[in-house]
Amino acid sequence: MSPEPHPTTSMSKTAPPAPPGQRGEDVIHNIGYRNYDGPRLGRGYARTSLFDQSLRGAYGLGRSAKSKVLPMILFAVMCVPAAIVVAVAIFTEAKQMPVDYNSYVLRMQPVIGIYIAAMAPQAVSLDLRFRVVPLYFSRPIERSDYVGAKYAALSAAIFIFTAASVVILYVGALLAKLDFGDQTKGFALGLACCAIFSLLHAGIGLAVAAATPRRGFGVAAIIAVLTIPYMLVGTVQGIAFSQDNTKIIGWLGLGSPGTLVDGLQSKFLDGQSDFPSGQALTSMQASLYVLLIVVLIAGTYGLLLRRYRKAGL
Amino acid sequence: MTVNVIAIESLTKRYPRVTALDRLTVGITPGVTGLVGANGAGKSTLIKILLGLSPATEGGATVLGMDVAREGSAIRERVGYMPEHDCLPPDVSATEFVVHMARMSGLPATSARERTADTLRHVGLYEERYRPMGGYSTGMKQRVKLAQALVHDPKLVLLDEPTNGLDPVGRDEMLALIRRVHTDFGISVLVTSHLLGELERTCDHVVVIDGGKLLRASSTADFTKSTPSLAVEVTDTDTHPNGTEALRSALVAAGLSAQAPGAAGAPGAGHLLMVDATDESAYDTIRDTVTELGLGLVRMEQRRHHIAEVFDTDEAAGTTAQAGGAPLAGAAAAAADRELQPQKGGSGDVA
Ligand SMILES: Nc1ncnc2c1ncn2[C@@H]1O[C@H](COP(=O)(O)OP(=O)(O)O)[C@@H](O)[C@H]1O
Ligand SMILES: [Mg+2]
Repeated sequence: MSPEPHPTTSMSKTAPPAPPGQRGEDVIHNIGYRNYDGPRLGRGYARTSLFDQSLRGAYGLGRSAKSKVLPMILFAVMCVPAAIVVAVAIFTEAKQMPVDYNSYVLRMQPVIGIYIAAMAPQAVSLDLRFRVVPLYFSRPIERSDYVGAKYAALSAAIFIFTAASVVILYVGALLAKLDFGDQTKGFALGLACCAIFSLLHAGIGLAVAAATPRRGFGVAAIIAVLTIPYMLVGTVQGIAFSQDNTKIIGWLGLGSPGTLVDGLQSKFLDGQSDFPSGQALTSMQASLYVLLIVVLIAGTYGLLLRRYRKAGL
Repeated sequence: MTVNVIAIESLTKRYPRVTALDRLTVGITPGVTGLVGANGAGKSTLIKILLGLSPATEGGATVLGMDVAREGSAIRERVGYMPEHDCLPPDVSATEFVVHMARMSGLPATSARERTADTLRHVGLYEERYRPMGGYSTGMKQRVKLAQALVHDPKLVLLDEPTNGLDPVGRDEMLALIRRVHTDFGISVLVTSHLLGELERTCDHVVVIDGGKLLRASSTADFTKSTPSLAVEVTDTDTHPNGTEALRSALVAAGLSAQAPGAAGAPGAGHLLMVDATDESAYDTIRDTVTELGLGLVRMEQRRHHIAEVFDTDEAAGTTAQAGGAPLAGAAAAAADRELQPQKGGSGDVA
């Protein structure tokens, strides 16, 4: 029973002799077990790796060719109008952009909504449905690492999705030789608007997706949560406006994630809200907008944490 | 004495309705240890606690010298876990999946890829590893599940019912693989099963729990040695048309424990009697009784006890009769498989 010397088994702790009758395959298959003495990078690294994998997954990277189609098409749909706006502005030598940064993003909400509805379930419900979650939690990471990485990854994905067109508009504005200072300030505030939008919508998307592990339901539920309140708020605001009840319009805006961001950016990010009256929020209303956004972000994160307490092994 | 890889001290876990573990105290040494118990005995609960994922109600445990209550994260870096349920996403390949899981264990990307290739080869997955796992057989899926538990070269793996759902051949292959995890890879193994018989060959030690309580813990050798048992076969005569039954009543009357070895359908089983040989006098008692009854003694031989017989007293005889006592497996037996399945004197041992 003396193990045969084999160059590749020098590192192995135990080099098993080849079972009789397998001599021929020995060279290819029966290389002894090798121990791992390299670094173990722990929780922080695992969290970053999960963020990385999830963010790439949100654009279908590292997944099947089929998974790339939808995110790439939606990304194009998001950016092409911005490119057209830019082309027109340059061609007509416009003195200002026909649409400001924040409004562009907010007007594209239906497209962003479809993207979130497609990607949020993909980010969490696969792991839940196929019970992969216990494998994560049997490793050094904790629940908060998993939830944090997924939340950050979807936020980053939505941010890239929205900020790309803001970048296109900004580059276009500079090419059209519009005022550099004005444009840079608008651009920076535009990015801030995208960031808030992304954090809020990622949380809502993930919380809904995690509550509905069946993928089809998740997609429908997210579209419903993002669009129905938004349309309702818009309609009721319109009615209020037609009845000259303009005071209530700002309050109504608290009723949907889209109008929350809209109201917030009109007050703090130098934008123009889409609300019918065009009236600015009162400071009372504005602080409620901020509060509600913070509560929603923290609340959806908390809901996710709770969801995974049950999903552990 | 070898140092325990797992030391469990008066461990109790109470859920609102059930006590899943009840003052369990047991030490587990390096090697392959079987954790055996019926469904609901508390095996999976124990594994969760050992991984530091579920707090104990009372008592505690250490794994590789680390406290489960305080050092869960450090334990999980050095321990591998294979769940009893499915856990593989169907749309990714085994390679991609195991690489990702290796990184989740803290391995840098390059090492993760190298070790994934090695580990999948060791568990016997070759060309298939590039295909999406949705198309894998149960056996292949179990191998991937084992691979993800081994990929970071743990010191100990906790395998929860790894043979569940496999056919007899797949079961044997998996058990052989588990044996190799220790002998060839040098990794200690705690493997759970509700089938006692299958762990006999694979494990160095067996821990039996029932209703969260420790029933027995000893080396497999002790288990099979413990009470020697005598197999006695006699002929029938005119006065005793059922010689075996006559002998059984007479022996029981004489204070010995004697029973038919179950498995009514097994060849020769009807004529065989298993007698516990508590001491030397049992031989004399049997010989004298046979002579008194005027029966012909066909044979009397010593037989190893199967660890399965630990459960003989509280298991319904009905389930043991199935398939002539042979290990139950495969789709047809899937339902029966969920029960603890004692395997009393199978035909193979008797003939
Ligand atoms: N999360 C839980 N909540 C309540 N009861 C549980 C939970 N997990 C397990 N149990 C109960 O604890 C007992 C032991 O379960 P388990 O450890 O899964 O047994 P085994 O793995 O041996 O089949 C069972 O009665 C089961 O119903
Ligand atoms: Mg179990």
